[in-house]
Amino acid sequence: MERHPLNLTVNGKPYAVETEFRKTLADTLREDCGLTGTHVGCEHGVCGACTVVVEGKAVRSCLMFAHQAEGMEIETVESLEKEGELHVLQEAFAEHHALQCGFCTPGFLMLVKGAVERGEELSDAELRHLLSSNLCRCTGYQNIIRAVRAAIDTFKEKASAVPEAAR
Amino acid sequence: MRNEKATFGQSVRRVEDRALLTGKGRYLDDLQPPGCLSVAFARSPYAHASFTTIDKDAALAMPGVIAVMSHADLAPHLRNDRLVVGLPSAAITLKVDRPVLAIDEVVHVGEPVALVIAENRAAAEDAAEALDIDYEPLDVVSDCRAALEPDSPTVHQSHDHNCLASFGFSFGDVDQAFADAAHIVRRSFDVHRGAAMSLEGRGVLAVPPDLDGVLSVWSSTQTPQALKTQLCQMLGLDPLGIKVRTPDLGGGFGPKLVTYPEEIATTAAALKIGRPLKWVEDRREHFVATAQERDQLWDMEMALEADGRIRGLRGALIHDHGAYTARGLNIPYGSAVTVPLPYNINAYKLDVQVVLTNKVPVAPLRGAGQPQAAFVMERMLDAAAETIGMDRSEIRALNLVRADQMPCVKPLKLRGGTNITLDSGDYPATQALALDKAGWQEFPARQKAALAEGRYLGIGLANYVEGTGRGPYETVSVEVQRTGRILVTTGAAAMGQGTETMLAQIVAEQLGGDMANITVRTGDTTGSLGFGGFNSRQTVVAGASAHQAACTVREKLLAVAADLLEADAADLEIVDNTVALKGVRGRHLPFADLAGAALGLPGFKLPGIKQPGLLSSDQVVIDDMTYSNGTAVAEVEVDPRTGQVCLLNFVLAHDCGRMVNPKLVDGQILGGIAHGIGNALYEQMVFDEDGQPLTTTLADYLLVSAAEMPQIHIVHTESPSPLNALGVKGVGESGVIPTAPAIASAVENALAPFGVSITSAPLSPQTVRRAVRQAGGAA
Repeated sequence: MERHPLNLTVNGKPYAVETEFRKTLADTLREDCGLTGTHVGCEHGVCGACTVVVEGKAVRSCLMFAHQAEGMEIETVESLEKEGELHVLQEAFAEHHALQCGFCTPGFLMLVKGAVERGEELSDAELRHLLSSNLCRCTGYQNIIRAVRAAIDTFKEKASAVPEAAR
Repeated sequence: MRNEKATFGQSVRRVEDRALLTGKGRYLDDLQPPGCLSVAFARSPYAHASFTTIDKDAALAMPGVIAVMSHADLAPHLRNDRLVVGLPSAAITLKVDRPVLAIDEVVHVGEPVALVIAENRAAAEDAAEALDIDYEPLDVVSDCRAALEPDSPTVHQSHDHNCLASFGFSFGDVDQAFADAAHIVRRSFDVHRGAAMSLEGRGVLAVPPDLDGVLSVWSSTQTPQALKTQLCQMLGLDPLGIKVRTPDLGGGFGPKLVTYPEEIATTAAALKIGRPLKWVEDRREHFVATAQERDQLWDMEMALEADGRIRGLRGALIHDHGAYTARGLNIPYGSAVTVPLPYNINAYKLDVQVVLTNKVPVAPLRGAGQPQAAFVMERMLDAAAETIGMDRSEIRALNLVRADQMPCVKPLKLRGGTNITLDSGDYPATQALALDKAGWQEFPARQKAALAEGRYLGIGLANYVEGTGRGPYETVSVEVQRTGRILVTTGAAAMGQGTETMLAQIVAEQLGGDMANITVRTGDTTGSLGFGGFNSRQTVVAGASAHQAACTVREKLLAVAADLLEADAADLEIVDNTVALKGVRGRHLPFADLAGAALGLPGFKLPGIKQPGLLSSDQVVIDDMTYSNGTAVAEVEVDPRTGQVCLLNFVLAHDCGRMVNPKLVDGQILGGIAHGIGNALYEQMVFDEDGQPLTTTLADYLLVSAAEMPQIHIVHTESPSPLNALGVKGVGESGVIPTAPAIASAVENALAPFGVSITSAPLSPQTVRRAVRQAGGAA
């Protein structure tokens, strides 16, 4: 199968790779960019373990060809920790025991990152609806729900603590 | 002994989490050694067929394809064609061990037939599809009851029947119990459990010997020691010539405790071609080639006194074994002994038939036969309560084993021959806590009010006893290293439960409380005898060894410090990874210095210790199992017109002895309950009459998502186990065991106006709707 050159921008960094047209974004991130934090759980778009953010939207990277993502801003779980400091979402997941085996965790983090960073006011039903995009076999979701709620609150607190001029 | 900083019993954060949260976990498929090739398996599309030739030409001509190997190609490199992994049992009369690759007959869809090696997985899969295999389809056995008919086709051509084993349990005078019983209740049950569905499937990476002459195998397995033993036996390797390791596991839940043909075949092929090879299971393969639990068919009778006391219980169980023996009789055995455990039953007789079918082999899923047993026993009690006209909670309270009976010896034996002894707990009190938390007494008012609005609410309960801490031992070594850092090494295997955190907490409790100074290495196969992760065992058996090893190292640490500080060990304490003289500022020595001193100097006496080094390796042997218990209460709303069941509330009151980490206990229970809700309502592995699996995607086989989970309330009680120094019991499977029967009880209660009887799981909308229609419901 013929490989074709491809320029991806992942977590703000350029990656020049060569892949077959049929290669998924998930496999390309993992095998060609060395970003193995994105996991492949079902390869048919149901489990959401491979969720990444493309152009600000959470997408299943197993349902997207890498070549379709050329020129777009891609964010993966590796972008969350900044200079050794965990993202509030990661902190909340650790604090509320919202992960066990951790295989689905990067997908959940990238799924809800947008809602957390926008400080969305989600009802319980809305939050459950959002989280029902992805599957977890370990936690029973209750602690994930708690963690996301806590992260939304913390993010809002942090944002409001920043002086007006600095925003 | 004073503990400087308590970690045992605390809801501390997990030591595993940081790497997993930042994308730095290392799961099997994250290991990408240079030059590694990909493996795909060609798998049988038939449930039963014979074949004679595999034409490889077209596949080998495809781009990127390196090799194709059949059984004939691998056989010269194997000591045995078949992988013998079943636990021994005299009751097994048919020998059906799995071939590494199919030889001339395939007996289930998904059975591996050939191994394809290519530069990448996609190329390997393309080539696997291009293999031309001359299958001749044979008659299929797709139903485990029909499999027992005298004229049934056989699962294997080489056998003339399908009954792998018949055995039974019997105690007390069952006939007498039924002869003059006030009430006799009869029910038949069809209890299905599906597949494990760890989010990460199985996988194996084999790297041929390089500079060190050692073959390296990595596998996403719960039992690396067993895998190492099998690889040595199958490939004729010296244990010193192979290293078996586990990366991070993306879940296990049972099926990864079995050694599989793919692990042997991939390793054999890597040795044959001298290149690193990796096989990673995809989701479809997980559905067709990873062990499942599937079907049990029960016919049961219960005899009762007029007041509701159980006189006796008898019946028969037919257990679907699948096409090969992947583990043995442990699931039907576990089901059979679990049925009467929570209750005082003086007479019990169960006949078990373990039956082959042309389906993927059955091996334990979370619960391993216990959820089915709880389903049967709890449904029988509901039926009895209805017959007698008692409250469902009262008949249970009347029959539950009481606290004053503990330890309670049951006239049943574990598979190893030791008696089952319920070791501690107050089962009626636990039930009372659950009922109270769930508002059981007030429920009829809620139900009545809802019914007035045309809504059908129901409440149900189920008790369980979980056998945990399967012995005999697990090795744990604790060492204060020369750097001052504490290394804990164990054969216990992690699969996401927090095993490292659990062991670090137990060790830190004795060694100063700084978990950040502890490294835990699980799944060790070099120096640690043991078994790995299954049967809710590791907190009990590895925990006991870790505690003993840590206590010994603590003594040594204090002895060395006492010698160097010229003090009495009783006057010392551990503070911030140093040993300090109590109340004397500045008189302390860091762990690193003490570890260095403990190694000794040429010509000098060891400081205060008889053996060098601050280390201890322990194997606390515990033969008896310790029994956790609990009660689940579910509240549901059922729409009789559509059959939809909505969970409104769920309570689990439980007792798993002393808890090492309550937050992790909650996590285990919540996950177990989610799995149990799946078993109650959604998860069904469907096969057609030709043995073709029809549910091979996550769009067909439904896992519970956040949207279906009700609020879950957990009530902890702690009755320490007398069987180990820490008083701990296992909890990994507790949540799953009572969940389906509690929900079934609630659904039946909700549909009581229609007179519906619930006798199967899962309760799909179709099943519920059919039950309503059959009961003559007009809705």
